[in-house]
Amino acid sequence: MSLRSAIASARPTTPAFIAIAVFSVGLGLAGLHAKLSEPAENLRLAANADLVERIGLTDLALFTEARYTRHPSMADLHTAFQDHPASFEHFPSGIFVPPPTGLASGTLSTSIEDLSQ
Amino acid sequence: MKHWLRRQRYLADFTLAALARRRVKNTGLIVIYSIIVFVLASAMMFSAALRHEAGTVLAKSPELIVQQLVMGRHEMIPGSEIEKLAGIRGVAAVKGRLWGYFYDSVNGANYTFMVPDDDSYDLQPGEAILGEGIGKARDFTWDTAPLFVTSLAGKMVKFTVRETFADDSALLTADLVLISEADFRSFFDLPPDVYTDIGVSIRNEREIGTIVQKAQLVMPNARFVTRSDIERTYQRLFDWREGLMTALAAAGVLAFAIFAAEKASGLSAEEAREIGILKAIGWDTGDVIAMKLWEGGLISFGAFLAGTVFAYIHVFSFQAGLFEPILKGWAVIYPDFALAPYIDGLQLATLFAITVIPYTAATLVPIWRAATADPDQVMR
Repeated sequence: MSLRSAIASARPTTPAFIAIAVFSVGLGLAGLHAKLSEPAENLRLAANADLVERIGLTDLALFTEARYTRHPSMADLHTAFQDHPASFEHFPSGIFVPPPTGLASGTLSTSIEDLSQ
Repeated sequence: MKHWLRRQRYLADFTLAALARRRVKNTGLIVIYSIIVFVLASAMMFSAALRHEAGTVLAKSPELIVQQLVMGRHEMIPGSEIEKLAGIRGVAAVKGRLWGYFYDSVNGANYTFMVPDDDSYDLQPGEAILGEGIGKARDFTWDTAPLFVTSLAGKMVKFTVRETFADDSALLTADLVLISEADFRSFFDLPPDVYTDIGVSIRNEREIGTIVQKAQLVMPNARFVTRSDIERTYQRLFDWREGLMTALAAAGVLAFAIFAAEKASGLSAEEAREIGILKAIGWDTGDVIAMKLWEGGLISFGAFLAGTVFAYIHVFSFQAGLFEPILKGWAVIYPDFALAPYIDGLQLATLFAITVIPYTAATLVPIWRAATADPDQVMR
């Protein structure tokens, strides 16, 4: 039986199960790849940690467009909402930086009880 | 058992043959589904790998950083504060740090100028160590081409490049220019005894809280950033529910919700008629549901596997290239970095739970309704 006729006469589940098996093996290989590259990556991370210590770095150079996204941990208290705690962001990477915690913890009320406090 | 397996295989065969009758529609469905899983899985793996990277390397950042605040804004800190901090019990070393930003009007990039903490760099006046992004932004024709920059005072300054940081550390050093203290002060026109902030080394990490409390009494206007604050900033930035992750995955999640809702909203007339016929020729409700389970399961599990495998390749072999334009924003310098391959089992399980299970469940609900109804009524 030729390959073509074998494919033509195969049950519909055969190619579907083969595809699922191929991707399952792929996922397994991805896990294996992650495991095998661990020692080399750990060495690289240790060298980078050493660099952080020697230079005295505090942040990742991932977003270089604005000072408060370049150094989020060192930025002013209102960052990434520099100009006003609830202002819209100027820079695209500002959308990745969450608003400061406790921003919405205050209450705004005009009730007699609240005002008398 | 063998009989049961054979029965299930025939049901799956029947389902796939039925799907093949609407080949274009169903192929499109699987492709879109895989793309949604791909985007979600890429965002998840990318942020997990970044979180892992940031957590590991920033664990060696300074234990405590003291910033001077004036009217809520960061200001230069006078050197006299160093002695106040050094007098606190438990403090091992205190050092003024110098770093700042420089906007390069030649190419519109922002550089971080810095004086390294460690004296072993031994940078001489006129010497610089550059991050890999600077040479690229400046189109250097050779690695150690000198760097010419114009200070704010309008003075042209030349730095001889002693070395360039390797690509391996790009995520930390892409926009860095390390120079000597003398150069830093003359370039930014700084008086001799001020610093950007102060780095404090602490003997016992468990004492950080107490030392911060004592320092607050000595320096009431200062802001104290501990190593754990830095780590927390990055954990939040790359967290599943916040920041990066939400921004990247929001569109995918929304598309998926519409997709699943459309599927759950009901059956096409053709599908309902098919179920009616199956029931009329003797299939029982269990068979119809098992058949549809196979349909939902095969589509969603296949899409999950394909999306996840391609996401792994995208993030770890192609450095998450599709995310680069989003993350780069208006920045000129974007680090060319490879992340340590890392799969978080719990995250994979979460992804499975939020993609495969809702879809399979969404296909089952309308089928359950149709399959339990009278065949005559369904076919009408």
